[in-house]
Amino acid sequence: MISKERLTHLKQLEAESIHILREVAAEFTNPVMMYSVGKDSSVMLHLALKAFAPSKPPFPMLHVDTTWKFQEMITFRDQRAIDLGFDLVVHSNPKGIAMGMSPFKHGSKVHTDIMKTQGLKQALNAGGYDAVIGGARRDEEKSRAKERIFSFRDKNHRWDPKNQRPELWNIYNTAIQKGESVRIFPISNWTELDIWQYIYLENIPIPSLYFSKEREVVEYEGTKILVDDERMPEELRKTAKKEMVRFRTLGCYPLTGAINSTATTLPEIIKEMLLSTSSEREGRIIDKDQEGAMEQKKIEGYF
Amino acid sequence: MENANKKIAKDIEGYLKEHENKDMLRFLTCGSVDDGKSTLIGRMLYDAKMVFDDQLAAVEGESKKYGTTGDKIDMALLVDGLQSEREQGITIDVAYRFFATEKRKFIIADTPGHEQYTRNMVTGASTADVAIILIDARKGILTQTKRHSFIVSLLGIEHVVVAINKMDLVDFSQNVFDETSKTYTELATELGIKNTYYIPVSALDGDNIVNESEKTPWYKGKTLLSLLDSMDISKEQKAEDFRFPVQYVNRPNLYFRGFCGTIVAGAVAVGDEITILPSGKTTKVKSIINAGDITEGDFSVTCENAYAPMAVTLTTEDEIDISRGDMIVHSKSVPRVSNSLKVMLVWMDENSMELNQNYDIKRGTAVVSGSFEHINYKVDVNTFKRKQVHSLGVNDIASCKMLLNQPIAADAYTTNRFTGSFIVVDRITNNTVGAGMILGVSRREDDLNKIQSNKYTDSEKALNQFIRENFPEWECKKV
Repeated sequence: MISKERLTHLKQLEAESIHILREVAAEFTNPVMMYSVGKDSSVMLHLALKAFAPSKPPFPMLHVDTTWKFQEMITFRDQRAIDLGFDLVVHSNPKGIAMGMSPFKHGSKVHTDIMKTQGLKQALNAGGYDAVIGGARRDEEKSRAKERIFSFRDKNHRWDPKNQRPELWNIYNTAIQKGESVRIFPISNWTELDIWQYIYLENIPIPSLYFSKEREVVEYEGTKILVDDERMPEELRKTAKKEMVRFRTLGCYPLTGAINSTATTLPEIIKEMLLSTSSEREGRIIDKDQEGAMEQKKIEGYF
Repeated sequence: MENANKKIAKDIEGYLKEHENKDMLRFLTCGSVDDGKSTLIGRMLYDAKMVFDDQLAAVEGESKKYGTTGDKIDMALLVDGLQSEREQGITIDVAYRFFATEKRKFIIADTPGHEQYTRNMVTGASTADVAIILIDARKGILTQTKRHSFIVSLLGIEHVVVAINKMDLVDFSQNVFDETSKTYTELATELGIKNTYYIPVSALDGDNIVNESEKTPWYKGKTLLSLLDSMDISKEQKAEDFRFPVQYVNRPNLYFRGFCGTIVAGAVAVGDEITILPSGKTTKVKSIINAGDITEGDFSVTCENAYAPMAVTLTTEDEIDISRGDMIVHSKSVPRVSNSLKVMLVWMDENSMELNQNYDIKRGTAVVSGSFEHINYKVDVNTFKRKQVHSLGVNDIASCKMLLNQPIAADAYTTNRFTGSFIVVDRITNNTVGAGMILGVSRREDDLNKIQSNKYTDSEKALNQFIRENFPEWECKKV
């Protein structure tokens, strides 16, 4: 029998990601998967279920909770852990909590550094993980386009963009010394469209924040943000208006811009995305801090 | 694109249905700084409407700061990633870009073209189906064109698109295009490149990239994008040449023992007679789980057969010892098993390759220790001339004899990209120091003891060192 059959692009991407996840499970002693509750994490979790069925994924899911996530994200996360029975590890930087860290008071830069980057380092050190699986994609941002799928980190979790290991074929170098780690990005080659199409095709559950509905929002630093709890300063809350909005990415509610939209179903979301003229990260305040902001954050250990 | 937008607006579900069945194509772009490679990619993304307004706004700002195109938007800035590179105006590492059309999703490996980045180009070429080679119409085929073409052929890329760029600077002359195409055809023949395609383009202005150019009425061929969209890249594969490197043993309970991996060639069906290598034991396939079929609601879906490049889990009729690094094949088509391999090695590390030093060799999912016993010859990437050497420096490419401490099942790279390739890992720095392609597998296994037998006394080692230090012209090998 001679075949010229080819898999569709989504099936090829899926197979590649599963290969990567299995490689992690086989080669590292203490891997962990970052679970940020967003659509990319949802896809990663789905791929992990597929890769190891009939077993459960042989690693826990780690959520670095900045304490400023949308409330719905937390409810969704906990329900998924119950439904699927995976091990969930949640970490929030206790120093940040003690400081009363608030993006409204301290600004996005300090908040992200303390609650996200430092919080992540604490969680990784505490867990002693030698492999950290993340959901970053190469199409998200220019500095990500050059990152390897298996990306080496030194003892201080730092990335050296100019000194990366060559990565050829589907052979990944997983060798490290004690204390060092590798960050692994199984969905590196997926685009935002691929993610949405896959969610649609595979019927993967995602938080309802992605779908448009009437929500209370305020204008803040050039974007619209959700009135998610009473920690939002009084004077801001006073300006709240009800609008049909949804979110293209999910993060800390004061740092995640909402977009006006009528999309209430997956096909409508995809339609809106395809006809949109601005990129996915536009709603994220952290990228705008400085030029090359993401590259700098990644060097310091951000995902 | 305009039509696509109409379709999206009118019937998104119909559009999604069509797009579920897209194909995927990975291509590499080869060229140097001044060939306009980044400009070409930027142009493709821009004309294919893959650039968003906010990205364009950012690039407009940067164009004024770093740009090299005067008042025009510098397309290259859309793709030049790292801040340090933007300042220098060059691409120094492999960057991956993505775009899609109605028919295909594309992954671009954007690699630097200078000789000191040969290893980066090799990296980008390792996963590519197609290579685009840029030639400056004013300059024709240069040393670097030969080098890029050599690497492309070395890495087994079967389709080469020759984009003759900067046609605007030669008045879109058909003569220049024809001459360049003719000269390149000779080069392609010399290197054994199977399929070549020629297109006259101007990346700066977008001629024949996405849209047909009015300035080249004499050119009847396709634009770059429509060529990439329609090219047939499927390979005929025989089902019985099934190759399955075992990646992970899945054992949730006493009743299930599955072998996970990605099928890298051929196909497999329930009941097939299989051989486990290197042990040579045989059994039959009991069940196949295609990981892609698993859903949240059903963890026990099985299928009757599977083919490359599916990620699957196999169970066997007999309980025999199978572990990560083994290769499962059809008993009808068993590859050679040996510890002595003839390979083409690309050295990627600043520290040079030392003969007879132990490295970790990762081939597929198998990691074995091994060394290079002999360098048959080094290839000059610019002239293709062969040279005798005793060590390899960064970016050197050489034919070597590789000896492994244990035998593995292997195919020639030309037969199978995944069972015929390996990386070399330094055992102290853990860096990926080399990558190789298997040219041939020795029939004999009697080289196995050779590695251990070469034990030298301290005085012999001292003598060896003395000779190497004082009589370098003898080119004595290190022991």
